[in-house]
Amino acid sequence: MSDIIGLILISVGLLFDVFGCLGLVRLPDVYNRLQAATKCVTLGTCSILMGTFIIVGFCAAGIKALLCILFILLTSPVAAHAIARGAHRSGVKLCKESVVDRYTEDKEGEL
Amino acid sequence: MKSRIILFILGFVIWCLLSWVPDWQHMVVGVFVAALVAFLTGDLFIQRPHVLKHPQRYFYFFFQYVPIFLWEIIKANIEVAYRVAHPALPIRPGIVKVKTILKSDTALTFLANSITLTPGTLSVDIDTKKSVLYVHWIYVKTEDTEEATKIIVARFEKILKRIFD
Repeated sequence: MSDIIGLILISVGLLFDVFGCLGLVRLPDVYNRLQAATKCVTLGTCSILMGTFIIVGFCAAGIKALLCILFILLTSPVAAHAIARGAHRSGVKLCKESVVDRYTEDKEGEL
Repeated sequence: MKSRIILFILGFVIWCLLSWVPDWQHMVVGVFVAALVAFLTGDLFIQRPHVLKHPQRYFYFFFQYVPIFLWEIIKANIEVAYRVAHPALPIRPGIVKVKTILKSDTALTFLANSITLTPGTLSVDIDTKKSVLYVHWIYVKTEDTEEATKIIVARFEKILKRIFD
């Protein structure tokens, strides 16, 4: 039974990872791509690790999988935040569909 | 000093979990590694250790914050999957400004992380002096600061204020 649940979780994780990669290709600029990459890849990878944990149970690999989930949830948004801020500060423009950019407005006001 | 001791214990527990099954050789090495890490970075870890003493904060964290957070992550993923898989690519991106009432560093970190992992939003920068967050939104519903604050920040702010402030 736990094998089936684990395999379902791993499949769901793979599906979300695929959507994340598709977003990486289809979306127009760095910020939108980060959104797809961060969200889908975080849940996808966590789901794969959770599936692994359910299949193998409380042994060495299972506990490492749980720790990895914790660290991915803590670090991946921070990394996305750092990349987005760095990109904006080094002058990467938003794509032309964008409707509003308060960050640039405020930064120009300060200079 | 308190912060160093807490970091030492936490680091040692994580070391033991990583080197499962624990035996005495791993534990001895773990004591030295945890002590080194605690010595080098201990003062950065927690500014206000008294926050850790209140059991109701743990209760709010595990029974209010975590379920909402997981639910929002799942919603976010379905939304992104929908936008990416839709042939017309329904996006309307932009960076909006939201206000926050949170003050402490930990609370702001958790707020920014929650914003990044919830539907359609990605925190870009924080201005702690004006307590303003700049948020990239994949589908901008409103450009007004107040309304955006209500939509993006409000659902986490109350819970996080009770946990961390």
